[in-house]
Amino acid sequence: MKILVAVKRVIDYNVQIRVKEDGSGVHTDNVKMSTNPPDDNAVEEAVKLKESGKVKEVVAITIGEEKAQETVRKALAVGADRGIHVKADSYIEPLGIAKILKKVVEKEKPDMVFLGKQAIDDDCNQTGQMLAAMLNWPQGTFTSKVNLKDKSMEIVREIDEGLETIEINLPAIVTCDLRLNEPRYASLPNIMKAKKKPIEPMVAKDLGVDITNRIQQIKVEEPPKRKGGIKVSSVAELVSKLKNEAKVI
Amino acid sequence: MSLLLIAEHDNSKLKVFTLNAINAASKIDGDVHVLVAGSGCENVAKEVAAVPLVKKVLLCDSPNYKNYLPENLAPLVTKVAEKYDNIVASANTFGKNFMPRVAAALDVSQVSDVTKINSADTFIRPIYAGNAFATVKSNDKKKCITIRPTSFDPAPKTGGSAQVEKVEAVAVPNNSKFIKREETKSERPELGTARVVISGGRGMESADNFKLITAIADKLNAAVGASRAAVDAGYISNDHQVGQTGKVVVPDLYIAVGISGAIQHLAGMKESKIIVAINKDGEAPIFSIADYGLEADLFKALPEFLAELNKLNTIQK
Repeated sequence: MKILVAVKRVIDYNVQIRVKEDGSGVHTDNVKMSTNPPDDNAVEEAVKLKESGKVKEVVAITIGEEKAQETVRKALAVGADRGIHVKADSYIEPLGIAKILKKVVEKEKPDMVFLGKQAIDDDCNQTGQMLAAMLNWPQGTFTSKVNLKDKSMEIVREIDEGLETIEINLPAIVTCDLRLNEPRYASLPNIMKAKKKPIEPMVAKDLGVDITNRIQQIKVEEPPKRKGGIKVSSVAELVSKLKNEAKVI
Repeated sequence: MSLLLIAEHDNSKLKVFTLNAINAASKIDGDVHVLVAGSGCENVAKEVAAVPLVKKVLLCDSPNYKNYLPENLAPLVTKVAEKYDNIVASANTFGKNFMPRVAAALDVSQVSDVTKINSADTFIRPIYAGNAFATVKSNDKKKCITIRPTSFDPAPKTGGSAQVEKVEAVAVPNNSKFIKREETKSERPELGTARVVISGGRGMESADNFKLITAIADKLNAAVGASRAAVDAGYISNDHQVGQTGKVVVPDLYIAVGISGAIQHLAGMKESKIIVAINKDGEAPIFSIADYGLEADLFKALPEFLAELNKLNTIQK
């Protein structure tokens, strides 16, 4: 079996983002960038399935500017076999990304596509589900456990009420939760080896799909700043403040 | 044209966040129609019909929709959506699961997690874990929108009498199967709608120590929350997680215990009216947003907190 894993380059999750003064977006110059965290879980799960012998090949794909290739390199360093980099210079909405991925799926014919459940930059939570609909494949979203069988997968999903177990037929889409696994670090020898693994270049606008953005970003603003409060010196003072000042208990 | 909203329910009762979504939807288009798709869910349709903001209820009662499998539900919504300009659902694990499938089928770019409606086509939504807010204008003729329920008040529940119209089920792909749902049952209020939330983090050190939190939760009639670190460590189940990839809560009082305050956690609670932080590390970032900070060892502070609450004559419920 074969897995296609999609990875996205985003501002590192530890960075406190700064909104541009002109409201056109957030600062990205000289800001640390990394793979979107749940995408690391998607790569890890694919590699684990390969190590178990059930999966023969893991292909990592990213869509984005030149430097987005780093995320594919990282996936190759932890065990993906080869990469695809679909070059795109500007932001593409999840709908356009899903269309590009569909094109690649039709060419690569994987049995599964793994993605992170959500990107931590635009927080859209759409791409996996959209791709599933376009391919008419079933999906397991917010996945925290995967059990791959011969023709299907049993998936445990994290939902608001608790946990849900479903079985989906292959081919299928899986969007991964942070609790699915513990992504490994790449060892130095594997990072060196990954440099020799092939990354196939493609160009988004040459794929023959409509990736025009439909949503116009009018402005980006900082949220209202929350004023810092006071420190209380004892539990008794805290309870008294909550009762008599804030009047919330 | 009218607006189509997809109700969330458990086949016998409407989930409360649907009321918040109905209120939000009515600000986009006053002609709100609600689709209730499920199995044996006639009572839910009746409940929705009583909501005064709802102008029409569409009931699709079929075993196909019993467990809201998105592979089955999305084609139905897509079909019904033909007659509508706006398709709306809550931005929780229910809406997030099926709505992008509908948007893709309709070739629409979805607007996710809307927190404010500026006009029929312009919305505000948080990005970067709520560290920025984007004002966006959708240029799609048909729009698929998910609403952050906690950013809107619930619509009044009674007084209306909308007409209930039956809708035929559509073909299903038979490529997915529901096996089971393990819901965490609790006597306490729901995390998403509780007036008071008390959350524990890594500082709790064990699942057993969460008893210190639940004792106070019971006293305050509060819901229990947790940071991702506490859930990852197995102290408490995933449905308690507050944050960017967990739940967003906006209670009157949020008490963060042993939580340092990573931006991903703050994303889920910083709109709370009053925030209390109890942490032994005086430099913890949570203190920078807390209205009342107590620098203390939680294992001493929590029992004292409970004792102080016990001294009070009255506690708001």
